[in-house]
Amino acid sequence: MKPVMYNQMVVQELSDAEIDRIFHALADSTRRDIVTRAIKREQSVTALAQAYAMSFAAVQKHVAVLERAALVTKERRGRQQIVRGNLDTIRRAGELLDQYERLWRDRVGRIADILSEG
Amino acid sequence: MTTITSEKDLDALTMTMHATFDAGVPRVWQIWEDPRQLERWWGPPEWPATFVKHTLEPGAMSHYYMTGPDGEKGHGWWRITTVDAPHGLELDDGFADENGDPTGDLGESHMTLTLEAEGEQTRMTLRTIFESADQLEQMLQMGMEEGMKLAMGQIEAILAE
Repeated sequence: MKPVMYNQMVVQELSDAEIDRIFHALADSTRRDIVTRAIKREQSVTALAQAYAMSFAAVQKHVAVLERAALVTKERRGRQQIVRGNLDTIRRAGELLDQYERLWRDRVGRIADILSEG
Repeated sequence: MTTITSEKDLDALTMTMHATFDAGVPRVWQIWEDPRQLERWWGPPEWPATFVKHTLEPGAMSHYYMTGPDGEKGHGWWRITTVDAPHGLELDDGFADENGDPTGDLGESHMTLTLEAEGEQTRMTLRTIFESADQLEQMLQMGMEEGMKLAMGQIEAILAE
């Protein structure tokens, strides 16, 4: 039953546009790195900017793309903007790949059947 | 005995799958090369695949379609980019129109196949990289019908107990 329930959950909880934003956001290596850092520990945009050889504005732009995809949340705390990873969205994107994996496991099973015929 | 392991890299939208088959490398190559064998495993029983055009030559375009439970058809294409028979194959995969021409609306995925001899067995490694989540979703929808029906059957069996 699990695969079906997962599938329905993904379909219900994420629209095509949302999924597109997630995968577009993750297509960039800097943004993937920002997500990884923000999952491990919340980070200020200033701290993130120091970690990369790019301007504060450029890092802020990457964070904005991640925020639109709901992969991170941003919260103002005094003069700081704090970035935190959103595990729910990341987990749901992973479910899409899980389904693809099951598709291939079924294919491998059918290949084995054909090969066992000799 | 067929063994399967897989790794997924969510960040890079990549899935790598390893499977070991009780057959030699040339035999496993055939299930990719021969369209009649390929269509026996590419589509799930509820969405069988038909390969209209398929030749493993660099630059060649394959055209296939999958037929759903209600007779609806989903067309796809492969662009063969690298062939190292019988050990390696690289191809791009995407959605097509009825003539097998790429529609271009959805992204492509890239597959790298490697077949290695391990004694009398063959280790198959398949790496897939996705560009578009939409395409991944559509592919999954074509495969999920089957899972849905199997699950329904299981529920009925449980209820009948």
